[in-house]
Amino acid sequence: MNQPTASSSIWKVIAASSMGTLIEWYDFYIFGMLAKTISVQFFPEGNDVAALLSTLAIFAAGFIVRPFGALLFGRLGDLIGRKYTFLLTLVLMGSATFLIGLVPGYKSIGVLAPILVLLLRLIQGLALGGEYGGAATYVAEHAPANKRGLYTSWIQTTATLGLFVALGVILLVKSSMSNEAFDAEWGGWRYPFWLSILLVGVSIYIRMKMKESPLFAKLKHEGKTSVNPLKESFSHKANFKMVLLALFGAVMGQGVIWYTGQFYAQNFLETRVMIEFGQSRTILLWAILFATPFFVFFGWLSDKIGRKWIMLIGMLLGVLFYRPIYSSFLSSVDPDKIEIVDVKETATPKVVAEPSATGSLRTTTTSYASTNGWAYTVVSKETIKQDGSVTTAQMQYKDRVLPTPVFWKFVWLVFIQIFFVTMVYGPVAAFLVELFPTKIRYTSMSLPYHIGNGVFGGLVPFIGLLLTTSFPADPLVGLWYPIIVAALCFVIGALYLNNKIDPNVND
Amino acid sequence: MNKLKRYAGLVWIIAGPLIFILLLMAAWYNIDTAGKKDINNPVPWVIIIGIFLPIVIGLVIFGWYALKGEYDHLPEDSTEIE
Repeated sequence: MNQPTASSSIWKVIAASSMGTLIEWYDFYIFGMLAKTISVQFFPEGNDVAALLSTLAIFAAGFIVRPFGALLFGRLGDLIGRKYTFLLTLVLMGSATFLIGLVPGYKSIGVLAPILVLLLRLIQGLALGGEYGGAATYVAEHAPANKRGLYTSWIQTTATLGLFVALGVILLVKSSMSNEAFDAEWGGWRYPFWLSILLVGVSIYIRMKMKESPLFAKLKHEGKTSVNPLKESFSHKANFKMVLLALFGAVMGQGVIWYTGQFYAQNFLETRVMIEFGQSRTILLWAILFATPFFVFFGWLSDKIGRKWIMLIGMLLGVLFYRPIYSSFLSSVDPDKIEIVDVKETATPKVVAEPSATGSLRTTTTSYASTNGWAYTVVSKETIKQDGSVTTAQMQYKDRVLPTPVFWKFVWLVFIQIFFVTMVYGPVAAFLVELFPTKIRYTSMSLPYHIGNGVFGGLVPFIGLLLTTSFPADPLVGLWYPIIVAALCFVIGALYLNNKIDPNVND
Repeated sequence: MNKLKRYAGLVWIIAGPLIFILLLMAAWYNIDTAGKKDINNPVPWVIIIGIFLPIVIGLVIFGWYALKGEYDHLPEDSTEIE
């Protein structure tokens, strides 16, 4: 059994671990959320080298580097200890984020700008790959057996809270200045990056005061730590088969459910439903706020009834309800199905005419608002041929603002998706910790987690785009990827996983 | 139940290469150096296919272990793993 840790001490352990993980996620998210602004500053259009670096910076950190970070820092964590390893990942992540905020733009230093950003982004990805396993292992090894799910679930809230803080900071900075001041080379978009160093300073101070995990300290004292954790994790068949089971029976599905609920939803609201920037983010903020306590609830519940079925039911609910939920998003704004009364133009329409090979292209942008709360902008494009005939393309809506009842309906629909996330994500840290022995736990649990979360989850937008390009008639076709992966993981998990909670991780 | 676990192993063994072939076909179909969408860019495809290859091999190995009955009984403590 674990050495029981005093109640006040365990909360310090949880606070220190969660704070660091939250900051790491905050650092990771601000890059993604400011990607559009960053791409203008660091990666100019029309330069092939810069475009290649841009693509690598966005893809590489998420796909290649996180599993490598898991291997590198997992190995260190099993060799030298949990405390120092995840202190190192925090310093690396925080410094890289702060330095991204200091890199001059492409206009000032040319192609060096995207190269530096790529390097710093790779460091971020590596650090993130090492952080989670350390934090989860550290908390679990302090926790009593009957509360392992409850205590580690606090770590699970940090990804969501990191997203929440990143969104809040960006909205705050953006609302305090004009768009021009925010988007300038040394403008407001850099503030969230700089803020990171303050947060990291506080977290390092807290973590420095922590002691090594009691289970690892005991192993080290007895001289029983692993000599080669990588070899023991992946070349011993008995352990390797558990790594595969963890990946295909749990974290692969968890990754797609997590990514769909927290990222695909936001992207869909912005690019398909065409909701205005601020409102789409506010919808996500409310949904996250309401759903976050459920991470802890399902962590607690998993201590009572086992981890397996909570995670698997979360996946199954995603499989069954994603298409109805996203269909409801679309039908709620369908002009043929909703009543928009007393519509008025809010400004003089803007007309831009550009010459084209066959005549000219005229774009008219008109903004409207109705007395029942709807507001939107319509962009219509007309091709005026040389013979004077006019062809009108389909009108496009953008910057949609929803009336209050529809806004709260959307909050509810996003909340449901994040509720599924809390089911799959709340118990998963305790589940992974209990699957592997102490001396190779950090390495063994980090790799499947980051492949499941980073690769399978990270692929949601790209494969969604691939499916949408191949089958443009169905606006919901991108959902088939998370649905199929979650369904596959549900079947594998249901068949092969054990629901029994391992009372003893002290081995 | 153990019989079902073993038979399902065959499905995972077949699914691995099938997924990989689908990915290669999608890359072949979508990569277009003149195209401007993300999906036309070869870089993400190279990264995704490169990182998916070991995962697919992992799925085949998982299927093989399942077929051989390695998951009929899961270890109950670390002595069974070490």
